[in-house]
Amino acid sequence: MATQAADFQTLSRRYTADKPFRAFIQKALGGYYKKRDENKANFQDWQGARDLAAETKYEAVNHLDKYLLEFEQKITARGAKVFWAPNAEAAREYILKIAKENGVRSIIKSKTMTSEEIHLNEALEKEGFGVFESDLGEYIVQLRKEAPFHLVFPAMHLTRRQISDLFQKELGSKATDEPEELTMIARDVMRRKYCEADMGISGTNFAVAETGMISITENEGNARLTTSLPRIHVALLGIEKVLPRLEDLSLFLPMLATAGAGQTMTCYNTMYSGPRQPGEPDGPEQMHIVLLDNRRTELLADAEQRDALGCIRCGACLNVCPIFKNVGGYSYGTTYGGPIGSVITPHLRGLKDWKHLSAASSLCGACTEACPVKIDLHHHLLQNRRNGAKASPAVGEKVAFGGFSLMMGHPALYRLAVVFGRIFQPLQGLVNGTILDPLRAWTGSRNFPKLAPKSFHEQWKKERGGRK
Amino acid sequence: MNPGRSIILNRIREALRNNPAPRPHTSHSQADAAAETHGHAQREWLPKVGATLPEQIDLFAKISEGLKTEFHRVPTIDAAHNLLKQLAAAEGWKKIASHSHHDTDSLIQGIDLPVVRTEKGYGIDELESCDAGVTGCEVLVAQTGGVMVSVESAGGRALSVLPPHHVVIARASQMVPDLTAAFEHVKKRYGKNLPSFMSFITGPSRTGDIERILVLGAHGPKRLTVLLID
Amino acid sequence: MRISLFVPCFVDQLYPNVAWSVVRVLEGLGHEVLFPEGQSCCGQPPFNSGYWDEARSAARVTMKAFRDAEVVVGPSGSCVTMIKVFYPDLFKGEPDELEARELAAKTHEFSSFLVNVLGITDVGAKFDGKVTFHDGCHGLRELGIKSEPRALLANVKGLELVEMSEAETCCGFGGTFAVKYAPISTAMDEVKCASILQTGAGTVVSNDSSCLMQIRGMLEKEKSAVKSLHLAEILASR
Repeated sequence: MATQAADFQTLSRRYTADKPFRAFIQKALGGYYKKRDENKANFQDWQGARDLAAETKYEAVNHLDKYLLEFEQKITARGAKVFWAPNAEAAREYILKIAKENGVRSIIKSKTMTSEEIHLNEALEKEGFGVFESDLGEYIVQLRKEAPFHLVFPAMHLTRRQISDLFQKELGSKATDEPEELTMIARDVMRRKYCEADMGISGTNFAVAETGMISITENEGNARLTTSLPRIHVALLGIEKVLPRLEDLSLFLPMLATAGAGQTMTCYNTMYSGPRQPGEPDGPEQMHIVLLDNRRTELLADAEQRDALGCIRCGACLNVCPIFKNVGGYSYGTTYGGPIGSVITPHLRGLKDWKHLSAASSLCGACTEACPVKIDLHHHLLQNRRNGAKASPAVGEKVAFGGFSLMMGHPALYRLAVVFGRIFQPLQGLVNGTILDPLRAWTGSRNFPKLAPKSFHEQWKKERGGRK
Repeated sequence: MNPGRSIILNRIREALRNNPAPRPHTSHSQADAAAETHGHAQREWLPKVGATLPEQIDLFAKISEGLKTEFHRVPTIDAAHNLLKQLAAAEGWKKIASHSHHDTDSLIQGIDLPVVRTEKGYGIDELESCDAGVTGCEVLVAQTGGVMVSVESAGGRALSVLPPHHVVIARASQMVPDLTAAFEHVKKRYGKNLPSFMSFITGPSRTGDIERILVLGAHGPKRLTVLLID
Repeated sequence: MRISLFVPCFVDQLYPNVAWSVVRVLEGLGHEVLFPEGQSCCGQPPFNSGYWDEARSAARVTMKAFRDAEVVVGPSGSCVTMIKVFYPDLFKGEPDELEARELAAKTHEFSSFLVNVLGITDVGAKFDGKVTFHDGCHGLRELGIKSEPRALLANVKGLELVEMSEAETCCGFGGTFAVKYAPISTAMDEVKCASILQTGAGTVVSNDSSCLMQIRGMLEKEKSAVKSLHLAEILASR
């Protein structure tokens, strides 16, 4: 078994065994459901909005070259530099080069999952740059030397007590149980960092081809400060994030807010086109856009799952996913967790090592229902399973289902099996030699149903034998 | 030019060539036609906004309440000025920041405090030490309770986010129904030369990063006051 | 109407009473019920595990069994989803794609068939007690069945329906997922059962026996007094 799959089993077993932790996560999401539903109800037609969002992303993703070129041309005309990075290494090297060439000393960052994907902080720190995460949740996990737990709520797994202890230890602040006081401690620390930093690194929520803009969505104001005060702004941008028109934001900004955090609008939705322009009072002298592929084009080449590139990273699928809610963000071992991560990680990092995430689902479809851009998430999990079985069938499963289909393919054999009450027997091969004997895996927590003394087939034949 | 450009473009074109994706499952066939009538088609789905100004102001006021934006309707610029003085006294402001603009100038005229003006450049620390930032705006957005600012209308990028209290002055004529109308406004005003920074500010800065509990004033302003001159 | 009964393999083996309940309800409404004996399993286990070739072999048997059926009715949102939603995908580009589509079109989940095809919400059932309803995910999200079982339960004399907070949350069964990822499946089951117990209902009802197998397994293990019944069993009660 691949290491990643074994790690997933180990971590998911550990997290599901921690009932207080599961209750904490469920409770943290409780407020989100309420606000999300209220905001969805404010839409005249949330389903219609989803349709339009899906259509808009379809148009953008299926003409990606055209819109990226338009975006590049427009934003370059405004003085920004666009760097096309085929992979993570190229992106990291380019950003390091900018930092070195400009004598950068201190770097401030606003939340960007794309930088997690390319392990940017490690690369910058290795070269001696101080890097500070300014988003509160990101700052907390950075101090703990952890990855974000959730795409949108990076520190949702921590209690205020844990955060207070962390701040005492790392910042020398006094103990407090008040989220507000904790927030102010981070605010004060970060204020100095904004004023001192000479490079700000941000992510990007949307790029607009028509006007050559990037759009950044945030609640705290840290991204605005990161992109306003330092003399260099570097924005990481996954190639899939381009939208055709400025007006598309009228739809996507409220939808992102509603699906992502149950808000009418996120506090700051800011559009940047270029560095400080002549006559403008502030803003960076340089703006660099790092356009990242990093195997997104492999997902693009899979027409069946191409819609997954429409993802706006709202996290709605995580918030409703019963797997995520019970195993938490760290079990996945991926940058992008939850259903969307289970769908795209096999494309971004290899099917062989990551197909287990597609198997670790009951296929309930809550994710697909929640997705504001209608990505067919749970069906993509099925397709990943199919692709995985085709590429490297698990011997036990192949034999088991071979036997299964042989039996099911021959009604006489099936009826024979029925007589012996052995219908489930061939399925045992599924997990034989993997983790546990299936019956024990089931009966550890659940009683196993008893076979009926006579199957319906037999009863029907006996009672209504004459009729078909 | 870096070689990555042609590498990525080639990959994209290769991926899309003769390889159509299934269209999204949509229940509304109208969505197909949406590409042509874009922007306006969205209005059918997004939250409803009344057509008249009083309805829009009422909606803005209602949403502001939920956002904890302090929204005040005032009859005149003088009344707004008095309100600003009350705020200054209540919070004990020692220094404020603003920018030259028709309404902000009238608003802060005669206020007995040092004023840092940003439009010709400023020191970051100097702005950081101000108790309030007073700005104009492009438009107010009824649908979302938002304030749209830009470099031009809000004295640059940082004035509206660095000081702990952001005060916005606007006229009733600046109320627009929705985001689409806000975009139409800036396109009309600036043509192809849009400001390098535009932002929809929707309430004071906030975070829920600790146990998903709402805290105002994460990194940006703790208070947002919108003064609307009727 | 001549109705061909589709009995999922685990209902056949474990819960024959569910199938008989369907027969009694439909016959009680004056319809003729046929049971094509050539049927075995819809092919969902191999399909869900990624073995589509094997799934097609099983599916072809089901397709053959129901080739001449006028209309097919089954008491499982999940197995009906396999036929109605996934057969067309599974047979895309195959020579028998058309047959798969035809079967998909004439196959119905039991509660949906009663309400949407027959236009019936009162089958004259009587059941004393407080029940809560679990929405099986496939029935709910693939077939869009939500109001149908509730409309039927609303007309059962003596029955009081109390909704649980997690009605739409997956019970954690998910076929082989339940054993491959037993700790996760169990955690989901715990959330579901806690929600059921919170309602104070004496019986949990669903239109999917596979979900009930998961839920019942835990309730019994925990020695809970809460019973579980398939919707058809409630509707067949007099």
